[in-house]
Amino acid sequence: MQIALTLNGKEVSAEVRPSLLLSEFLREQLGLTGTHVGCDTSQCGACVVHVDGVSMKSCTMLAVSAAGTAVTTIEGLAQGDVLHPMQQAFHECHGLQCGFCTPGMVMSAIEFAETTPEPTEEKARAWLEGNICRCTGYQNIIDSMLAGAAKMKSTQAGA
Amino acid sequence: MSSATGIGVPLRRKEDKRFLTGRGNYVADMKLAGMVQAVFVRSPHAHALIKGIDTASVMGMDGVVAVLTGEDLATDGVGGIPCGWGITGKGGVAMKEPPHPAMAQGKVRHAGEAVAMVMAETLEQAREAAEALVVDYDPLPAAVGVLDAMHSSAPQLFDDVPGNLCYDWDVGNERATDAAFAKAAHISSISLVNNRLIPNAMEPRAAIGEFNPGTGDYTLWTTSQNPHVIKLLMGNFVLNIPQHKLRVVAPDVGGGFGVKSFHYPEETLVTWASSKIRRPVKWVCERSEGFLSDAHARDHVTTAELALDEDGKFLGLRVKTVANMGAYLSTFGPNIPSNLYGLLLAGVYTTPVIYCEVKAVFTNTLPVDAYRGAGRPEATFVLERLVDIAATEMGIAKDEIRRRNIIPKEAYPYQTPVIMEYDSGDPAGCLDKALEAADWAGFADRKAASAAEGKLRGIGLCTYIEACGLAPSRIAGRLGARAGLYESAAIRVHPTGDISVFTGSHTHGQGHETTFAQIVSEQLGVPVDKIDIVHGDTAKVQFGMGTYASRSLAVGGVALAKAGDKIIAKGKKIAAHMLEASESDIEFGGGEFRVAGTDRAKSFAEIALAAYVPHDYPLEVMEPGLEEQAFYDPVNFTFPGGAHIAEVEIDPETGVVDLVAYTAVDDVGTVINPLVVDGQIHGGIAQGVGQALFENCVYDDESGQLLSGSFMDYCMPRADDLPRMTVATHITACAHNALGVKGCGEVGTIGSPATVMNAVVDALAHLGVTHVDMPASPNRIWRIIHNAQSAMAAE
Repeated sequence: MQIALTLNGKEVSAEVRPSLLLSEFLREQLGLTGTHVGCDTSQCGACVVHVDGVSMKSCTMLAVSAAGTAVTTIEGLAQGDVLHPMQQAFHECHGLQCGFCTPGMVMSAIEFAETTPEPTEEKARAWLEGNICRCTGYQNIIDSMLAGAAKMKSTQAGA
Repeated sequence: MSSATGIGVPLRRKEDKRFLTGRGNYVADMKLAGMVQAVFVRSPHAHALIKGIDTASVMGMDGVVAVLTGEDLATDGVGGIPCGWGITGKGGVAMKEPPHPAMAQGKVRHAGEAVAMVMAETLEQAREAAEALVVDYDPLPAAVGVLDAMHSSAPQLFDDVPGNLCYDWDVGNERATDAAFAKAAHISSISLVNNRLIPNAMEPRAAIGEFNPGTGDYTLWTTSQNPHVIKLLMGNFVLNIPQHKLRVVAPDVGGGFGVKSFHYPEETLVTWASSKIRRPVKWVCERSEGFLSDAHARDHVTTAELALDEDGKFLGLRVKTVANMGAYLSTFGPNIPSNLYGLLLAGVYTTPVIYCEVKAVFTNTLPVDAYRGAGRPEATFVLERLVDIAATEMGIAKDEIRRRNIIPKEAYPYQTPVIMEYDSGDPAGCLDKALEAADWAGFADRKAASAAEGKLRGIGLCTYIEACGLAPSRIAGRLGARAGLYESAAIRVHPTGDISVFTGSHTHGQGHETTFAQIVSEQLGVPVDKIDIVHGDTAKVQFGMGTYASRSLAVGGVALAKAGDKIIAKGKKIAAHMLEASESDIEFGGGEFRVAGTDRAKSFAEIALAAYVPHDYPLEVMEPGLEEQAFYDPVNFTFPGGAHIAEVEIDPETGVVDLVAYTAVDDVGTVINPLVVDGQIHGGIAQGVGQALFENCVYDDESGQLLSGSFMDYCMPRADDLPRMTVATHITACAHNALGVKGCGEVGTIGSPATVMNAVVDALAHLGVTHVDMPASPNRIWRIIHNAQSAMAAE
């Protein structure tokens, strides 16, 4: 099947198998390997991307279902060498170790920041129900989410 | 510190950017020209004879390139997967070491064992063919539980391993321990199960094998903590590939925790298959497949007794453990419940005599091997639960009984009765600091506040010590290691003064690309952005023993400092020539070689340039160039230790245990980067809490089927399962290495299971509960509370 979508701000069209998952489409067909696959039961959240601005486990969605949408992956966040405020916060707060769950964490954290008017530690911990990290014990991820949310708010206010 | 980016600075990590922008390079991300996809057909039975595999029927399917089985391995003379440790049991009896073929030959011994390898042009085609492959099994009864497997009527896995007994090992002095028990005023005892775990690094394993028919060279890309060791084991013992014709690359690896330090059959199989079909072969493990093929962990059944005098002083400790090896010996498997367990049972206490015996048993389950902490969490759990029981029985406060028995700071170096000599430590200092940080004294008020809300609050304390920095090769050799356990480092100073560092350690989350650069920065006065750490590729790095057992810094980091010393020594010779001074008058500091007491100096970069452009250079006495290599073999293990305190709140209506506070005070030796150390400790604690409260690997006792085979059945800790942790350090420098470093990778996981379970038992103590096995799941806790209340009502 032929699909067309906006991927990281660019128009993309491709021929895909009907059974192809969005995660497979990104990784195998487009070579965007920043989106990771850490399980086969949609538990781990390493494959989270944004579909029309909403965080989505890309292993739970068919590529054909993404036709006509705007998809953002971890590769699409930074502006050149300037990291997105949430990426920068993960760096500052040491919110990553092995880096495998990180793309999903960052994508999920951005939606948290965008949709949570008054972020708190408790809200951040509850938000991460769908993302598993084995390295960090989550503490620095939570700090990253809160710092990143504050940065995103101040960036918006300044814009 | 002598450098703004040197030792002790909380630098943000150099490696972060590629991971944060999706530019990491994991094995699963790689594509090679002409690559085929491999899928393994795995046994659905725990124990069965293979009567036939109908490979011909799938060979004609779309895209199928080849189907290989254990018979093909035998035909090609491929060896079995070797074990890296040979344990000698009581009476000098060597452990049983049955063959471990990379794919089953004639018989399968655990559910998930690979029986065939299907390769096809696409993953879908390989999956479809694997699905269609008919394997004819004749199922046998299975030996599943570790105690059941020892029974005389149990099914036997190997014809020449009676009773499924791999080894019967002991350490310590049995007679002296018996004598101590004979004069004891009080004896406390415990029976416990250390529950089986599945490590679950977030990146599933993956491997790509590539054979180049033109050169005869092989390359294996693998998700390994240990590429050099894989090269040696697989090349030399399994595939008979000369070492100079084999390259092993472990690029970015998404977490290891021990489970990626072993040589796995799939690594051998993709490498071997690539030479048969003359195309690169890629395999990426699915998570559910990982549950059935990654080595598992822990799985002990233990009884232990502690003898005390009337004042609560420990007189002797006796421990009997049965440990599950699984169906085959994994790389480090037999070493975990013996040396890494029995030799740590002294803890931080002055217990004068100890006797420990361990029976290691084969079962029809996955191989069991090292997982973060590896043996030491199990030892700590036995000892610290037993100490709490003794305190309660003797009416001594739990902090007080520990204080009475703790090794005083002045007593180091301290020889324990179980081989280890601790070089340094201040466990009483850690304890005091932890008690204060956790407001131990104010617990009664918090308990009352919880009680007012209908919750049962408990507090738990644990001290621990670990031996890491594996290892002094001589000692390890005596204990059964079949390899040396040094580490190597090379520092290549480029003509511009920029530096490439080659380390035999591997980083898969630990941050070596930053922390190792900090060590070099400190020593050579070069900022970290001019220093790159190269690791994980046997074609680039001289040699190495890899990363596990918190050894990277304590062995690899010290090797690096040793190489740095050689760079400085050579630089001094060059500077002496250029400055026309005596070598003994040259000092190095702040990035400069200076004639002592003068302003005559050459910068590090000037010396580097002179080394490569030797116009003004002592060529008569010295070679050009500035590159040095060092191997470091430690004289002793390092011994991090500490004290941890947890508080839990239990809802008696639901049995849910809420971990509400966690405090850790750890002595990890010199801290290179406090940000990274805190992160390691957070993560370690989370894994230990996982074992205590959530994680449990469960097999069906009869069929040997893995019941906890996905993230839906095996409960991984989530962010909202954990409290904000308070972590602090209380440092004593390691006395026997140049950096004073000990290691921090495992401390959290070693201290936390006992800490949390001591808190759980404390919360339930009023019900007469003295021990709870892990995990303290709502089901288990609710039953305990319910049964205790029923029993009390009946009285």
